[in-house]
Amino acid sequence: MKKIFGYPNSLTVNPTHYCPGCTHGTIHRLVAESLDELGLRERAVGIAPVGCSVLAYNYFNCDMFEASHGRAPAVATGAKRCRPDLIVFTYQGDGDLASIGMAEIVHAANRGEKITVIFVNNAIYGMTGGQMAPTTMPGQVTTTCPAGRNPSHEGYPIRVVELLSTLRTPAFIARAAAHTPLHVIEAKRVIREAFRLQAEDVCFSMVEVLSTCPTNWGLTPSEANKWLQENMVPYYPLGVLKRPDVDETPIPEVAASLKGA
Amino acid sequence: MAKVLMKGCEAIGEAAVRAGCRNFFGYPITPQTEVPEYLAKRLPEVGGLFVQAESEVAAINMLYGAAGVGKRVLTSSSSPGISLMAEGVSYIATCHLPVVLVNIVRAGPGLGGILPAQSDYLQATKGHGHGDYKLVVLAPSSVQEAVDLMYEAFDLADHYLTPVMVMGDGMIGQMMEPVEIPPMRDLDDLPAKPWAITGAKGRKPNIVNSLYLSEVACNANNWKMKEKYDEIVKREKRSETYGCDGEKLDVLIVAYGTMARICNTAMAEVVASDKQKRIGLFRPITLWPYPYEALAKEAEKAKQILVVEMSTGQMVEDVQLAVLGSRPIDFYGLTGGLVPSPDDVADKLRKILT
Amino acid sequence: MQTEVIMSGFGGQGLMMIGKLLAYAGLEEGKEVTWLPSYGPEMRGGTANCTVVVGDRPIGSPLISSPKAAVVMNQPSLEKFAPTLKKNGILVINSSMIPINSDRDDLRSFRIKANDIAAELGNRRSANLVMLGAYIGMEEAVTHETILKAIEKTFEKKPQFVEVNCKTFMEGYELAKAGKSDD
Ligand SMILES: Cc1ncc(C[n+]2csc(CCOP(=O)(O)OP(=O)(O)O)c2C)c(N)n1
Ligand code: SF4
Repeated sequence: MKKIFGYPNSLTVNPTHYCPGCTHGTIHRLVAESLDELGLRERAVGIAPVGCSVLAYNYFNCDMFEASHGRAPAVATGAKRCRPDLIVFTYQGDGDLASIGMAEIVHAANRGEKITVIFVNNAIYGMTGGQMAPTTMPGQVTTTCPAGRNPSHEGYPIRVVELLSTLRTPAFIARAAAHTPLHVIEAKRVIREAFRLQAEDVCFSMVEVLSTCPTNWGLTPSEANKWLQENMVPYYPLGVLKRPDVDETPIPEVAASLKGA
Repeated sequence: MAKVLMKGCEAIGEAAVRAGCRNFFGYPITPQTEVPEYLAKRLPEVGGLFVQAESEVAAINMLYGAAGVGKRVLTSSSSPGISLMAEGVSYIATCHLPVVLVNIVRAGPGLGGILPAQSDYLQATKGHGHGDYKLVVLAPSSVQEAVDLMYEAFDLADHYLTPVMVMGDGMIGQMMEPVEIPPMRDLDDLPAKPWAITGAKGRKPNIVNSLYLSEVACNANNWKMKEKYDEIVKREKRSETYGCDGEKLDVLIVAYGTMARICNTAMAEVVASDKQKRIGLFRPITLWPYPYEALAKEAEKAKQILVVEMSTGQMVEDVQLAVLGSRPIDFYGLTGGLVPSPDDVADKLRKILT
Repeated sequence: MQTEVIMSGFGGQGLMMIGKLLAYAGLEEGKEVTWLPSYGPEMRGGTANCTVVVGDRPIGSPLISSPKAAVVMNQPSLEKFAPTLKKNGILVINSSMIPINSDRDDLRSFRIKANDIAAELGNRRSANLVMLGAYIGMEEAVTHETILKAIEKTFEKKPQFVEVNCKTFMEGYELAKAGKSDD
């Protein structure tokens, strides 16, 4: 008999600590399957963040670091620059990447570090019990915006991948979601592409994945999936924002100065 | 006023409001997140300002700005976040700005864990950021004391124009106890701040700055800070003793914060089972300035000293400095979020006593 | 006099809340109280507990290594805390969920079908109050009247629950008073 479905080799068999219905586990699996299919596991180095996925080093069956809050892209830079043959990825939440770690992600992307960033956006701080994140939706109630996020005081949610897409260097940037089977299949496709681009030494690659936090949203898992679809997807459009094969016309002054040098 | 039952973190937040603080900048981190969560609700009720910063680095610099324009201002964090604030606190101290910081200490080093610890003692009392500055460090051992010290911290900060830290372990933050909340300070009664950045209308510009390219001026400011610290050392040391009334002690325990309460229970347990034994407890309330003289005085009565901490022995150095080799010093400690229980401490005491 | 009780069970069984009710009641009676929650990472889905100390004099340690009483709502809690109880300590066991007993014979154990009783009386989520009732029935750390007042106050904003919650609490209380353990 031919085996057509199995447990990814790039995941350990440890039960995760994620809450029922949380999509962190799904996203772990997509990363692991991609590593398996591209044959990268033995060269892969994951960088766990500080957030609910802080224990990711127990779940990915490859070498792992645990970084301080927000600094995973800097840790990744250190590892990748010193060992370009390794496949380095960070796995970060929205508090980790878009709040405390905003400087690190912008600069890693802008330097074009050949790493892969998996950015899990669940519009809240899960680990610390439901505080406002930079990605929290307008009007969304959290413990630190008890009257709902007020854009005139807290600003509008940051569209991280759009923001990074304004940079010239980073070449593969996409947004996917993990709340329905169809979305999961699409998310897998872009995550795999992101890793392939790193494996082929092409460019910085990043995938934002819209994710649920039923626990801190105060919803059942199925209500949470619905909430994501109705509230997050319209604000955070899905798709590939940037691809390396889109031929960029070089900035004339830069081309000139490079020629001079 | 009637007592109310409050969680340490929330009581700390309320005490800040009562002390006339209307401005909070901070970032979530366990086990102190209830401070920002409480203030996110409470400050708007009194016309105050709550801002969730993007990081602790940003938060402490928001304090720098808010204190610079003359406002009473608070931040609260836990160990890793406090480490990130070190640079900013150094600037704030050098600029002679009053701010209040709360550190609800969790297990370290590194990411450590979220359970109670006392392993930031050296960071708070000896170093923290760079340069010749000091933090006033207050260490409550009950929710009531946390409230009282918070209330005072703002006055100390304003009086000495210096950062003040209230440092409790995770238990102080998470525990509920009945507390009496102090009255609302009249905002019109707060000290005037003529040095503040308010717009140079009808006066020479005020400048808040910690850059001294002239070595002479830098030296002068450092000695000006030192003078202030000497004054604080002279006036602000605080401590309490328990069971130290007699002439002689078999053992003098030195412990602070929640650990002191645990030791107090252990001490009572041991004395109850052996009435001959004389055990006393010395509890520093200010960790800086450290009450060396008061401790030395109690130590004279004791055959032996036992320091108990939720660390590998960070306060031992200060106890050594207090007794200057005149008494043997033993240590008992657990770390990583393990808390020595009354039974653990009692066992240790019995071992020492035989 | 000082009473010390650990209340333990799965997160979501309402152990923190009955601990708070006891602490509120203690305060109401002018006593000294401390309420100390576990806040470790085990909170998520795992076992949660709180320790409540009620006394006439200022309380030393809020952390109790060998308590005088334990209220356990799931088996891991029984296995964890029964061995730590003081001699003659009180052990209130939720027999709806815990088939076993502690193997210690120096305890005052009381078994009560908290979940079943709560469901019968009309609020499945108040099994915790049955447990609190049984504990107060075994040891009047505070009087049951003060707890009833504390329940009223806590549910001020959800008045539809006051009556049924008081009833479930009293059911636990009376069964324990009458010594009707579910053995
Ligand atoms: C310097 C520092 N500040 C704060 C924290 C506390 N902290 C831990 S996780 C977290 C937020 C995590 O949220 P997010 O990145 O959105 O991940 P999620 O838990 O939602 O997956 C924070 C603020 C910390 N560990 N270190
Ligand atoms: S708290 Fe939210 S993000 Fe964290 S594991 Fe639970 S559901 Fe997932």
